[in-house]
Amino acid sequence: MHIVVPIKQVPETSNVKMDPVTGTMIRAGVGTVVNPLDLFAIETAVRLKEAHGGRITTLTMGPRGADKALREAMAMGCDDGVLVSDRAFAGSDSWATSYTLSQAIRKLGEFDLIVAGERATDGDTGQVGPGIAAWLDLPLATYVAAIPRVEPARGLTVERLVEEGYQVLDLPLPALITVVKEVAAPRLPTLRGKKRAKAAEITLFTAADLDLEPSYLGLKGSPTKVVKVATPRVTRGGTLVRAPDEDAVADAVEALLAFLDARDLLPTGGRA
Amino acid sequence: MSFVWTLAEQHEGRLKAVSYELLGRGRALADKLDTKLASLLIGDGVSEEQLQTLVHHGADEVYAIQDPRLAQFTCETYSNVLVHLIKTYRPSVILAAATSTGRTLMPHVAVRSHAGLTADCTELDIEPGTGHLLQTRPAIGGNIMATIKTPDHRPQMATVRPKSSRPLPADATRAGRVIAVPLDDVLVDERVKARGYRGDAVDFVNLEEADVVVAGGRGMKKAEHFALLQALADALGGAVGATRDAVDRGWVGYPHQVGLSGKTISPRLYIGAGISGAIQHLAGIKTSETIVSINSDPDASLHQVADFGIVGDLFQVLEELQRRLDERRGASGSDAGPPAGTRTPEARA
Ligand SMILES: Cc1cc2nc3c(=O)[nH]c(=O)nc-3n(C[C@H](O)[C@H](O)[C@H](O)COP(=O)(O)OP(=O)(O)OC[C@H]3O[C@@H](n4cnc5c(N)ncnc54)[C@H](O)[C@@H]3O)c2cc1C
Ligand SMILES: Nc1ncnc2c1ncn2[C@@H]1O[C@H](COP(=O)(O)O)[C@@H](O)[C@H]1O
Repeated sequence: MHIVVPIKQVPETSNVKMDPVTGTMIRAGVGTVVNPLDLFAIETAVRLKEAHGGRITTLTMGPRGADKALREAMAMGCDDGVLVSDRAFAGSDSWATSYTLSQAIRKLGEFDLIVAGERATDGDTGQVGPGIAAWLDLPLATYVAAIPRVEPARGLTVERLVEEGYQVLDLPLPALITVVKEVAAPRLPTLRGKKRAKAAEITLFTAADLDLEPSYLGLKGSPTKVVKVATPRVTRGGTLVRAPDEDAVADAVEALLAFLDARDLLPTGGRA
Repeated sequence: MSFVWTLAEQHEGRLKAVSYELLGRGRALADKLDTKLASLLIGDGVSEEQLQTLVHHGADEVYAIQDPRLAQFTCETYSNVLVHLIKTYRPSVILAAATSTGRTLMPHVAVRSHAGLTADCTELDIEPGTGHLLQTRPAIGGNIMATIKTPDHRPQMATVRPKSSRPLPADATRAGRVIAVPLDDVLVDERVKARGYRGDAVDFVNLEEADVVVAGGRGMKKAEHFALLQALADALGGAVGATRDAVDRGWVGYPHQVGLSGKTISPRLYIGAGISGAIQHLAGIKTSETIVSINSDPDASLHQVADFGIVGDLFQVLEELQRRLDERRGASGSDAGPPAGTRTPEARA
């Protein structure tokens, strides 16, 4: 199987700064990691490769330094890394990102499966996976928690973790899935993997290398525009009651019940 | 047809509560734009009577596209239906729920309709003068609120967090039309086959739709103690959530996990016991209406974001709380009335 894993490089800390003018993230001076939720996608692909053979291409759209993320994925077992990078792509929203990535994936040639993360921890939209599926007209399953059946070149059975339970879907291949944590616990990179990844050749796709509609790219090609960014209040100015002993616990619980009652948060029967 | 649409959701022929919440949002926007509001239902088996309740909750028109082939959500066919309707009727605004369905369908449709889409909005408004939809959403784990608009593309699409607003009171005298729209065969994409739900799933929980979530962390100390949380959740008409630590220790299953790598929830009441309130956990609960924290450490981060915090031993607090709730239930003579988690929109209004 040829499996494609799109991953995103995201700021390491949760302490991200925003540019008040453009409303985009200031990336300078912040460490980066592979989007933690993409590790489940990488692990899924590596396990499928181990069970059924084939190769894995991981790709990311980002600044030139994003090859670091690709190398991390390669240290976990991905074979090839593709960096999609060009100034023209800067400021892309999920519409433009999924367009650019889908054109890059077309250029990779034949593939059987795309495994994406559920969402990226910075943009936090979860829209790029379904977006790529739409551009490439691929059968789609999101929130995949298990893959009980794999028939290479033919199809998959997946279980999606949704509100009501695990929805079971049969998909023909090629297809696109997005995965959640339950699908597989990510492995740590091996020393050998790290060495190989460090020395690996990364393929670079710039705008000129891809067949792209210029008006679909970057900030200009993005239908959504960020108009304002605000920092929400973190504390709610709530009540904090200390309950060091049993009497204090009884008082604290009494106060809590009164508080919940006032907000109409207790079952109604009790008030009769 | 109306210019503001909301997507109703159903499961096994029953409308989901979020359908009514979206109508409350949509009504406010439609009124500001001085246009009509439509609710679209793609699904199967929803009765005429239920569809009428969408009118009672704010819709001027209800378009029901019902067919056995739409009973379960599969993205391709639902997307074909919605894209087709958008092309035909050109709405200005479409709101869907930020559920597993909405968050899958909407990006797919947005790409195909060349529309802008904002995920997980908590506030929606109309920009005075231009009439553009202003969409505000938490981003970067809730650390910032970004306001987004789509000036040059239509429809303007947004998903809205379930439970982030209340439905309007039902008004049975409201007038509105329910229109059945047949499913055109050419829109059916049979590549993906929905096989129903796994029957043998153990330890599954529907946290997203619970009005009350009682969550536990590492402070619960062991798996057996989660029974305390379940008992409290039962008394409050809620469900049990957990931190990643508790899940990774095998105390409860992954469907219970709340946070960055778990579920995002906005219950009316969230109670966290023995939870420090790490940023990754808070990312999943920040939009809860009321947050209660029980933790022996006065400096725990969860206390900082709580509306009510008890600094104390969680086992003592849970025991006392349970005792008092049982007492209240006993005092009322019979079983508790409808627990907060199961009240219908009508009952709540
Ligand atoms: C990429 C990534 C993704 C993550 N995703 C998630 C996620 O989705 N969800 C999530 O929850 N976490 C997530 N985490 C983990 C997160 O950072 C924290 O490690 C985790 O939330 C801590 O869980 P906890 O609060 O149960 O444990 P702890 O932080 O150990 O807190 C336990 C608390 O219990 C209190 N306590 C102990 N005993 C008692 C007692 N007897 N009475 C009262 N209080 C007591 C302690 O004071 C302490 O505050 C993620 C981390 C990363 C890096
Ligand atoms: N710039 C990018 N390059 C490669 N893959 C991406 C990029 N952005 C998002 N993705 C993929 O799409 C998923 C969802 O991201 P998002 O829609 O941004 O939340 C991620 O988990 C990745 O698998």
